[in-house]
Amino acid sequence: MPELLRIGVDVGGTNTDAVLLGGCTVLASHKAPTTPDVGSGIVAAIDDVLRCTATPAAAVGAVMIGTTHFTNALIEARNLCRVGVLGLGAPASLAVPPLVDWPAALRAVVHGHTAIVAGGFNYDGRPIAPLHPDEVRRAAREFAARGLEAVAVSSVFAPVNPAQEDEAARILQQELPGVDVTQSARIGRIGLIERENAAVLNAALLPMAGRVVGSFRRALANLGLRAPFFVSQNDGTLLDPDVVTRYPVLTFASGPTNSMRGAAFLSGRQDTLVMDIGGTTTDVGVLVQGFPRESSVAVNIGGVRTNFRMPDLLSIGLGGGSRVVVADGRVRVGPDSVGFRITEEALVFGGRTLTATDIAVAAGQAEIGDRGRVAGLDRRLVAAALDEIHRLAEEAVDRMKTSATAVPLVLVGGGSVLIGRELTGVSAVTVPAHAGVANAIGAAIAQVSGAVDRVYSYEALGRDAALARAREEALSRAVAAGASAGSVEITEVEELPLQYLPGQAVRIRVKAVGDLALERAA
Amino acid sequence: MSMRIGLEHVEDLARGAAILGTGGGGDPYLGGLMLRQALQDGRTVELIDVEALAVDDFVVPFAMMGAPTVLLEKIPSGAEMLAALRTTERFAGRPVRALLCAEIGGVNALLPLVLGARCGLPVVDGDGMGRAFPQLQMTTYHICGVPAGPMVMADEHASTVLIDTREAAELERLARNMVVAMGGSSSVCLYAMDGGAAQRSLVRGTISLALGLGRVVREARRGSSDPFAALLAYLRGTEYYQHCRILFAGKVADLLRETAGGWAQGRVVVEGLGSWAGRSVTVQFQNEHLVAREGERVLAIVPDLIALLDSATAEPITTDGLKYGQRITMLGISAAPIMRTPAALAVFGPAAFGLADPFTPLEQLG
Repeated sequence: MPELLRIGVDVGGTNTDAVLLGGCTVLASHKAPTTPDVGSGIVAAIDDVLRCTATPAAAVGAVMIGTTHFTNALIEARNLCRVGVLGLGAPASLAVPPLVDWPAALRAVVHGHTAIVAGGFNYDGRPIAPLHPDEVRRAAREFAARGLEAVAVSSVFAPVNPAQEDEAARILQQELPGVDVTQSARIGRIGLIERENAAVLNAALLPMAGRVVGSFRRALANLGLRAPFFVSQNDGTLLDPDVVTRYPVLTFASGPTNSMRGAAFLSGRQDTLVMDIGGTTTDVGVLVQGFPRESSVAVNIGGVRTNFRMPDLLSIGLGGGSRVVVADGRVRVGPDSVGFRITEEALVFGGRTLTATDIAVAAGQAEIGDRGRVAGLDRRLVAAALDEIHRLAEEAVDRMKTSATAVPLVLVGGGSVLIGRELTGVSAVTVPAHAGVANAIGAAIAQVSGAVDRVYSYEALGRDAALARAREEALSRAVAAGASAGSVEITEVEELPLQYLPGQAVRIRVKAVGDLALERAA
Repeated sequence: MSMRIGLEHVEDLARGAAILGTGGGGDPYLGGLMLRQALQDGRTVELIDVEALAVDDFVVPFAMMGAPTVLLEKIPSGAEMLAALRTTERFAGRPVRALLCAEIGGVNALLPLVLGARCGLPVVDGDGMGRAFPQLQMTTYHICGVPAGPMVMADEHASTVLIDTREAAELERLARNMVVAMGGSSSVCLYAMDGGAAQRSLVRGTISLALGLGRVVREARRGSSDPFAALLAYLRGTEYYQHCRILFAGKVADLLRETAGGWAQGRVVVEGLGSWAGRSVTVQFQNEHLVAREGERVLAIVPDLIALLDSATAEPITTDGLKYGQRITMLGISAAPIMRTPAALAVFGPAAFGLADPFTPLEQLG
């Protein structure tokens, strides 16, 4: 039986990378510029890895795509739609209206209208107030009058009881045919503000999500790839593309997670710092036993607080496309970047903008583009810019390190050529083979997960039964998401007792992860 | 001496209150949002010195009672706060002149200001705990003889319940049951007193203290200087909190939580990093941090404050937010003298939490 072939793709803001993996071996990789239509960049990258290995499209078992498209849309506040927000919880929850803590500019783009109606639940599942369908219909008319394309619904304690969100969504869909509805309980955990924020962000991305997933599908169809395809989510595991069209927000942290998982795979190191230098930014994170260390604080995305579990990352504005300028006698590198236009704008590609990549080429650290075009650069400028690049990298390492002792560092990403010498505070720099496409490799090796986050009563159920129920649900969610039943394992169990309450109310979080079911992919 | 609290103070106050929460008291982020909402459109609330009260002014502490996790979901309506205040006034037969803070540690630091902004009453600079504590008799108000009852509790429907007893433990028992009936969190007014009693029983200046702690951390971060040095320097300039030091720094190596009697109990083991490498410190908690020990040796013990802060940012970490692998720095701070008297220690000293160790002031340890 031939070995299962997988293709991993990373669609970044600058480059689209593809890798072809046979089992645990990287057979080919290719880096192509990200195209404005997304799809043709994917076609170009995948086509290259198939052609150079003479692999027929039919031999590919699965395609995994990781993308920062949705994150970038949010950060740049573009391609977002205006959202109606329906809160179920009055009279509770009125003291803090939705979106109150958002950056004003993003709120202005996204916020269509807010209606808070009677509803919501207590921690034990008792309703705060019953839902009145007439109030939901009235809100729907207000959303319709403003021509809103999407609605986010969030109910108090929806993770304990999603019934009112379900009911409100049903009514909204009747009243507003063609309008997308996001229910908070489907994407977020306990914590009303953060879950509501995630639901609103998700709703704002829905029209774009349909277009992006559609362009993925067309790209694969154009290549004659009939294999199932998946999209990476925040924790590095896989989503069905249909799920992405409904829950694009679940892809937010996939870029850095994939890059760090890919770095672990390529370097064989399980505990190390990882520095991923892309076209625009450099992310520094920490691998602990092969997985990214997670951030302990609420994660802000584009200035919006969410409770997604994200890798603990430091991002700085240094990348291959960073502009290099001299101002007041000092050389500055970044934070602004030419991004995906690097192949037109960088000097080595015949452009007129001095970029960090030009500096690396001029210093002899990299063979990219036409070296002759940077031969005439002032050597002192090149040396000063190199110093600045390394100073920025060293500072980032120092901020992520938690002890004074030197630590190992795995360097990945297309911009890894910027680093050409030892870094202070680092014991050894490893640049693994295929370091430029670690993201795509992280996507290709991804597993499938299922998670539960809910409040249980230990008094009513008993601890063992409650934990067993949560584990069972996480396992079945992982299998439903495409994991092979035999491979699924519980990877995280967390119990958080709700203080001051009798009845032993305990919030349980469980995550199960397994390998992608091959029979589905074959 | 008085000042106006406006939108520009909210972030500092919330962070300072979290530091003083010593792991408990609830995440003040939400209280910060409520306060920001209440201070929209240029509204402010007046913070006054306790000496500005007349001895017969009627003043009352306002707080929320219940499970912090519930508050993260069931955000208040605002109406319950006013309902608790108005019912207190109706039962007492006289108007409230100023609000007091019951607990400076955590979310309750901000809530009297939310209510003050909404109803136009000033808030007195100080509180009844000097930190966070899990039970409502654990206050300097109680220690100084102010009866906790009658106590008014209100839910999001603005339904109120009045418990009229002068016995603090009985009040605690009845109120706990009522909190559950109200869905896990309630707005409460208790320890209503006159200005003279407030002057005798208040832990003074703690709202200013929280503002200052939050401010120096923010300024240190902006100036890329050491936030821990800034915190220590600030505390040493205060009257009550000048005994303070870094107890330990390292990473979370083990974390044990259990639920017993509705409390989040447990302990966290921190392995030393940097100059602390090779050593290990255990912090025992019951909602709040109670004692930090290296082996048998006590480094700091309740009611002195033990704050766990993120080693990189000095952001305070609650017991709920502890995670394996976190890098944390332990800050020990002396409690105010009013909280270290024999009468105070009988109520919230080590024995009140089932600890066998005697209370030893921070400055005599280490």
